[in-house]
Amino acid sequence: MSQAGSKAGRLIIGIGNPSRGDDALGPLAIERLEALNPPDVELLTDFQLQVEYLLDMEGRVEIIFVDASVTGDEPFAFIPVVARSDRSHTSHALAPGALLTAFESHYGRPSPPAFVLAIRAYAFELGEGLSPLAANNLDAATAFLEAYLAGAPRLQH
Amino acid sequence: MSPELETASHPETLRRVAIEPLSRVEGHGKVTLLLDKDNHVRQARLHIVEFRGFEKFVQGRPFWEIPVLVQRLCGICPVSHHLAASKAMDQIVGVDRLTPTAEKLRRLMHYGQMLQSHALHFFHLSSPDLLFGFDSDVAKRNIVGVAAAYPDIAKRGVLLRKYGQEVIRLTAGKRVHGTSAIPGGVNKNLSLGERDYLLNDIYQVIGWCRDAVHLARQLFAQNLVLYNGFGRFSAHTLGLIRADGAMDLYHGGLRARDMDGRTLFDHIDYDHYRDHIHEQVKPWSYMKFPFFRSFGPDEGWYRVGPLSRVAQCDFIPTPFADHERRDFLAFDGGMAAGATLGTHWARMIEMLHAAETIKELLHDNDLLGDDLVATGERRGRGIGVIEAPRGTLIHDYQVDDDDLVMTANLIVSTTHNNQAMNEAIRQVAHQYLDGRKLTEGLLNHIEVAVRAFDPCLSCATHALGRMPLEVELLDAEGSSLGTVTRDMQGFC
Repeated sequence: MSQAGSKAGRLIIGIGNPSRGDDALGPLAIERLEALNPPDVELLTDFQLQVEYLLDMEGRVEIIFVDASVTGDEPFAFIPVVARSDRSHTSHALAPGALLTAFESHYGRPSPPAFVLAIRAYAFELGEGLSPLAANNLDAATAFLEAYLAGAPRLQH
Repeated sequence: MSPELETASHPETLRRVAIEPLSRVEGHGKVTLLLDKDNHVRQARLHIVEFRGFEKFVQGRPFWEIPVLVQRLCGICPVSHHLAASKAMDQIVGVDRLTPTAEKLRRLMHYGQMLQSHALHFFHLSSPDLLFGFDSDVAKRNIVGVAAAYPDIAKRGVLLRKYGQEVIRLTAGKRVHGTSAIPGGVNKNLSLGERDYLLNDIYQVIGWCRDAVHLARQLFAQNLVLYNGFGRFSAHTLGLIRADGAMDLYHGGLRARDMDGRTLFDHIDYDHYRDHIHEQVKPWSYMKFPFFRSFGPDEGWYRVGPLSRVAQCDFIPTPFADHERRDFLAFDGGMAAGATLGTHWARMIEMLHAAETIKELLHDNDLLGDDLVATGERRGRGIGVIEAPRGTLIHDYQVDDDDLVMTANLIVSTTHNNQAMNEAIRQVAHQYLDGRKLTEGLLNHIEVAVRAFDPCLSCATHALGRMPLEVELLDAEGSSLGTVTRDMQGFC
């Protein structure tokens, strides 16, 4: 099937619904990155991952998923994604690990290295903005991401 | 209806099994089964947390924001909400007829949405169950298992989905949360380069869609007894229909038929939907239960979606899909057209129709036109109805003199199918679970029945760490006897 245009080396996907409180963390992080216009980076947002994103992953040097997380470290965690088969196929959304597995099945080779920037989230009310704690976490997470993209030494989280 | 399984006479003496996919913070579904001491099913209910809050959320917003805003209702079919709201807002700005360019661009967007949604459902959500069996090894029953055993099927699913997404990207202006449909028309046309880009692959896409119809047919034929009987029930049907009786997924009048195929009403202007459809509230469910007013709440529930649309249209206005429709209706004396699992076959016929329609539209130079917006005299109420992938979608708004939305009423496809899905799980519970020890495979039968409707359970948030499926066993006093959690790796 036809492919349009050349690809940036790094793909960053922000996941979440901008109208549901802290679920907006992923899209808001992408919004901040867009203002910086980092080189050789493609930025995408969506409500959730689905299988066609494996086509976007092909030919990349690195992939980063940015998502709200209801568990895990505060203010955020930066975690390598491991390909894994799970039950998320039964819903309308794939987990990042399942997407990597789908990539490997589709192309018959390992996916590019991938990470999740999991930003700690707390509240998901319709029509609400970020909770104060999540807003602080977003500041920390995007500062980390900017430094990471600029090649600064990785912080430990 | 199966009233004997909707409400048990003495629920306090029964054991409760809850199948609760916590796949979203809101918008999730849960099945509860009440079993007696001999594991006989005495009550079966499907609960779906509906997004009524969204109707309140849009109140006070300027009407021109609504087509974009409503896309945040659902990450699965945002295009359907975008277009239904746009149709409603066309009425608000006094436009009853769009320019040819605007209508065809919207149609192209809509059929792109239909193609990608149906492809995702068949190839990735349902194919593991259909290809391997409902109670097959759970470790294999997923898209990775499909990719290993049927690599071509898995790859085609990805590429069909991607093609539909590309149609949406180029017509909606953006890959996600498009902005092109506006009150009275659209704000962009298709460039020649974009049109040619989509034309490159459309014939391949049609070929794959034809193969998918044949695969769905083959699965039905190979498992005839199972597919005919699984979760089978009789229901009235509802859907939009073109003036000449053709399938039309973008616009038309309302047609309803009873469970014997007799016409209840036909070509009804959807502005008058409330004359024919009412909604009932039940104390045990957040989601309303729509019904035909003439039959009342107990007998007036109905089914929407692919099975109803394919069965009740007079013809499909594209050749390959209409050929497949006739084969579908004639198959086994018409049995497939009333089977819950026949929905998968009907869905693939619609996917083929969507691909053929996209091809026809791409050959229409109106898509390249510049006459994008019509105007009219401002009105206070706007109603938009569209056939979304899962069924009829109704958006109904009242707007005040300051251009702000005063009230909104949304009846989404999954709400129309509420009683039908409950009926399906009751039939399956009765057929497969009654008197047997519950296993993952048996509980998956319930999920297979619900999944056939492709309900939109994920119209809300997404967040990491919220993806388990929980089955809790409770005794008659409500005390927990144990919990089985199906997390991302399976049951544990």
